[in-house]
Amino acid sequence: MASHRGEAKLIAGGQSLMPMLNFRLLDPALLVDISRLPDLAQITASGRGITVGAGVCHHALMRSPELAERLPIINHTMQYVAHMAIRNRGTIGGSLAHGDPAAELPLLAVLLDADIHITGPAGDRTARAEDFFLAPLTTDLSEDEILTAVTFPNLAAGSGWGFEEIARRTGDFALAGAGAVLTLHHGVIADVRLAMMGVDETPRRLPAIEAMLLGRAWDAGVRASAVRQVREQVNPMSDLQASADYRRHLAGVVAGRALDTAWAKGHMP
Amino acid sequence: MIRKRPITLTVNGSTYARDIEPRRLLTDFLREDLGLTGTHVGCEHGVCGACTVLLDGNSARACLCLAVQADGRDVTTVEGMGEIGALSLLQEKFRKHHALQCGFCTPGMLATAHEILNDAAPLTDAEIREALSGNLCRCTGYEHIVRAVSEALSERLGGAATGSAPNAG
Repeated sequence: MASHRGEAKLIAGGQSLMPMLNFRLLDPALLVDISRLPDLAQITASGRGITVGAGVCHHALMRSPELAERLPIINHTMQYVAHMAIRNRGTIGGSLAHGDPAAELPLLAVLLDADIHITGPAGDRTARAEDFFLAPLTTDLSEDEILTAVTFPNLAAGSGWGFEEIARRTGDFALAGAGAVLTLHHGVIADVRLAMMGVDETPRRLPAIEAMLLGRAWDAGVRASAVRQVREQVNPMSDLQASADYRRHLAGVVAGRALDTAWAKGHMP
Repeated sequence: MIRKRPITLTVNGSTYARDIEPRRLLTDFLREDLGLTGTHVGCEHGVCGACTVLLDGNSARACLCLAVQADGRDVTTVEGMGEIGALSLLQEKFRKHHALQCGFCTPGMLATAHEILNDAAPLTDAEIREALSGNLCRCTGYEHIVRAVSEALSERLGGAATGSAPNAG
């Protein structure tokens, strides 16, 4: 990678990179296939959370018993990622390194405060997911670095969660998507995270809305206010799929629904 | 000139050893180097599903896989799924329910449906539609494909075929 700086690309499942090669959008001089490195294919549970190797495919995330026990929002959300054949090949490391602003795994990383583990000639480092995504298809990863694993911290006991997205067809990139995680104390929201995708240059949290929700019960008035504020705070683009205004509308819809689900799940024993 | 790499893989039960350029797609390798033209090339960027094959038993887009990445692996294409006079269960159901018209999407549909059958979990018609959603068909409207897969799945799961028209087949 270092000797071909700027001319080399890593490939694992290739589900994002291969279309770009087929379209001749990229023509790297060197492709390094990391898809058979066994260390990258591990899912490891620790006291702090679950560490997922970069080479774990979406299908394995969907079926992972470790995730189902501690972070079922990840298993659940994987069903929205493309289609079966793509999920069999595409990897979490590839999805994060590709950094599509409408993709589910970058959103989950930002929502769940994941740590992204990176190795390069200068040694190992860890990036916070929130700092990792810089612009569409642009991340903090430099040309000679490898994303090796992701650590998702455990959710607090009793957390409720929700994920919602709207796409034109099953498996298409979302026009808008939202993830929410919250905990309750004495019937009000004690902690909450809300992240959006497809409606900005990168997946992002909405800290002002998170702050507004603290100490509140998720009733109709709070819901209406949160949905309105989501629409004010996102910054979607128009393209062939949908206008910016339509995406702004959908952002409110999915955020409201994700919080509905998280609130309902938070009340379960 | 890019240096060729040796690969050895199994396709439909036969072992092939070839020297190929690393940039060669699995679709081109199957069709042009091995002459197995049953794997169809539609969009070449993973959207249409026509090129779907089984890679170590799991469905995969052959257009999004480099042939060198299939080194040492087991590939099944439509040519390995059955033949005239000895159709596979899925092929038989596709025939019975008229689940194909032009046939362009059929090899990919069959590969995806194979994985559905191998998973051996009972699915509703809506879930079958979702599982097939990565394979585009421009002829059938999908209705008959869903019927064919649904009946094959119930037979695989050991139940009596349900919902089939009494005069079919």
